[in-house]
Amino acid sequence: MTPAAPKKKKSIREISPIDVYKLLPRTNCGECGEANCMAYATRLVNGELLLADCPQVHTEEYASPREKLEILLAPPVRTVTIGTGDYAMDIGGKYVLQRHDFTYHNPTPIAIDVNDLMKEEELIERVRRIGDFSYNYIGRKLTLNAIAIRSVSNDPEKFRNTVRTVSGASRFPLILCALDARVMAAGLEAAKGRRPLIYAATESNWKEMADLALLHNAPLAVFAPNDLALLRSLVATLLACGIRDLVLDPGTFPDEGLGDTITNFTAIRTAATKQFDDLFGFPLLGVPLTVWAGSELSEDVLKWREAITASMLISRYSDLLIMHSLDGWVILPQLIWRFNLYTDPRKPVSVEAGVRTFGRPDTRSPVLITTNYALTYFTVESDIKSANLDCYLIVADTGGLSVESAVAGRNFTAEDIARALNENNVSSLVSHTTLIIPGLAARLSGETEEATGWKILVGPKDSSGISQFLRDRWPVES
Amino acid sequence: MARRNPENPTPPFDAAQLFALAPQLRELLKGVSQVELEHFTMEIGDLDLFIPMTGTVASPATADAPGTVVQPPVKPTDLIRESYTKVTTDFPGRIREVRLGATKAEGGSRRHSITIGGATAPAYSDPARPPLHSPVISLDVFDMPVTLPRVLRENVADVIEDPAEWAKMNVQKFGADVVTVHLTSTDPLFRDASASAAVKTVESVLQAVDVPLIIGGCGDPRKDAEVFCAVAEMAEGERLLINSVTLDMAEAGILERVATAARDHGHAVLAFTGLDLNNAKELNRRLYEYIPPEQIVMDLTTVALGYGLEYSFTIHERARYAALMGDTELAHPTISAATNAWAAREAWMKMAPEYGSRQLRGPVWETVNALTLLLAGVDLFLMMHPAAVLTMREVIPRLPAVGNAHAGQIADWVGVRL
Repeated sequence: MTPAAPKKKKSIREISPIDVYKLLPRTNCGECGEANCMAYATRLVNGELLLADCPQVHTEEYASPREKLEILLAPPVRTVTIGTGDYAMDIGGKYVLQRHDFTYHNPTPIAIDVNDLMKEEELIERVRRIGDFSYNYIGRKLTLNAIAIRSVSNDPEKFRNTVRTVSGASRFPLILCALDARVMAAGLEAAKGRRPLIYAATESNWKEMADLALLHNAPLAVFAPNDLALLRSLVATLLACGIRDLVLDPGTFPDEGLGDTITNFTAIRTAATKQFDDLFGFPLLGVPLTVWAGSELSEDVLKWREAITASMLISRYSDLLIMHSLDGWVILPQLIWRFNLYTDPRKPVSVEAGVRTFGRPDTRSPVLITTNYALTYFTVESDIKSANLDCYLIVADTGGLSVESAVAGRNFTAEDIARALNENNVSSLVSHTTLIIPGLAARLSGETEEATGWKILVGPKDSSGISQFLRDRWPVES
Repeated sequence: MARRNPENPTPPFDAAQLFALAPQLRELLKGVSQVELEHFTMEIGDLDLFIPMTGTVASPATADAPGTVVQPPVKPTDLIRESYTKVTTDFPGRIREVRLGATKAEGGSRRHSITIGGATAPAYSDPARPPLHSPVISLDVFDMPVTLPRVLRENVADVIEDPAEWAKMNVQKFGADVVTVHLTSTDPLFRDASASAAVKTVESVLQAVDVPLIIGGCGDPRKDAEVFCAVAEMAEGERLLINSVTLDMAEAGILERVATAARDHGHAVLAFTGLDLNNAKELNRRLYEYIPPEQIVMDLTTVALGYGLEYSFTIHERARYAALMGDTELAHPTISAATNAWAAREAWMKMAPEYGSRQLRGPVWETVNALTLLLAGVDLFLMMHPAAVLTMREVIPRLPAVGNAHAGQIADWVGVRL
């Protein structure tokens, strides 16, 4: 590497709000929603607001400082957009190696493959399944994100027709996969206006693929399996061709090559975020689908391998994944892990203690209690809301521990429950004295009846059962 | 001081028996063995391109507009050759090594002892710095019937009433490196079994298996202190891992008693804190007064995937990085209770058909939990499902090994017929 010129790039952690403030209009116009430009600058370097949130800086007058701001705030891993309009997705845009240093942006989209040997009905059915897959997780709808169309026939006409069919059947962003430029050209013609990701430029086809990427103004993936020098060479060459929106695929090797895969992904992302290596400063593409290449194992085994490979690549810096399996048990852990990993690590583990009101409770409505661990609370909240229940929920301060941990660690005891009832003056909210405690705190029921004088009902172990529990057990007969 | 084992021993286990216990996962993970070494060359050059940064604003997502594309003046006709040299980072700190279990020569009765820790770089970040000791796996035994998801219970149904037999099965059938005995029955809110009953249970497990043991308490600080002290005395010299000591014990004024009992009878302690590095450091500082740092392992808390695994992942990454940067109060090996994955409803609950069978969803949940924290640097895993254990056994040696990728194996993944 040995760069000739010293890199001037600063890590996002080293940029002070003052650096940014000096380049802002400093009119305190408030259009960004902040009280003044200094507050905006602070939220900008924290990654909580974008440069796009300041309308003034985008006027002609501020062209020069804007450009400086863009350079100052640019993530070391470029943001690349695939697709257009409402269905466009951004990948990459990473500032740091470890999420605790800042936060990760642009959760890894997951693309599922189709191919050009599939019959039209089969194709449309698979595209429909890809689009329909979703899971309701603490009130959020988690979904798949894109479709990768593979040329298996290597026939331009077949590929063109398949791309046309998929384009007509889905608004999802597309990844066109063909290593033969003639085939790719046909596919791109059928995806006009979609800005698909072109997969891929290789050592042997880069000239033709570069022409296609420029002609169609589409992002281009670079494939150099287990050869980082070649990957850098291809990137340097494609940049020299005038292509900026590149995506890197150093190869996903399942099984014996897993060590090489994780090592390559880690080396590339480390060089980009720590050494600001420009040739590695692009989103990484992981392809767990490669577990299906040339293996004679049974389907369930391959699906299992695809699941574990995908989850490791989400943890190890993959900005985009291409997978084959559509089975829920393979996909679900990926969607949840991706969602979790891309939350802001700076947000607290706990929510505020107190009483929450759901629906329109009256004095006869049930009172439940849970702990103030954020994910416990959000899970219970989501289950109560989705069942449209009218009730009160006491959130006890367990120092941000879940029910199970808090009971085990004596952070959620009969005395704590009594204190929560008193401090929140719960007896003024309802005319009864029955409290529903979590099933995981069942062992506290006797002690709690003594400590509080309330009748204790042991609720379900999992809050998904609250609705059924109340149907069976509420109101309590006196 | 701990003596070092060059390699942690792996007890033999019968894969066929294992698969019979999890029929849905038959053949799972039976490897395709093709071992061919491939050397890759590195070219050293000095070519460096200046690439202008184009800012945070996403590139315009406009449709194809061939006419508007500005071609650069000179397009390369040949590949511009760039080199790649891996940048290696030296870390000033290193993770302490902790020995678990003691052989006859070491004062105990275990067939092998096992050493964990010793990392000098973040996990799997640098092939030149592989883990000094491979992460190891402990399987759980409970001293009374506990509620287990069906997928787990069916594997151990025959031995669930007998901790010694259960431990034997964990070692012989599931290939446990270590066995964890949870003395759940001592909980004053459950059976309130006596310390002497707990001692008998541990004795029977020590006789049944010859791997190192982890001794789990019930969570009540006072009762745990009483039980741990009795067990530590009985198992003199066995280098048990006492799971766990906490800040609550410190508050109750009983930490000294437990830690010195562990020290005097030659055991190690597991310092448990809840997702808080300041607490982890404080507990370790308290422990240093009573027991050598080489006898302390940390449990920073493992939360299930979907219930906060990201907190566990990040706390482990932070702790490991801080330790490698020189924070000696965090430079201890860590353990993860991957079995906590089963707390997630997605692991055990029957769900709509599109989410697949829980026979597969459950084990994959435990596996993803464990693999995620393996990448964050955890040294010892408490596990339960055979398929999750097998997967870890397969992945752990693969991660530090490079040079096994065949470009040809995946070069044509685009054209694979499926």
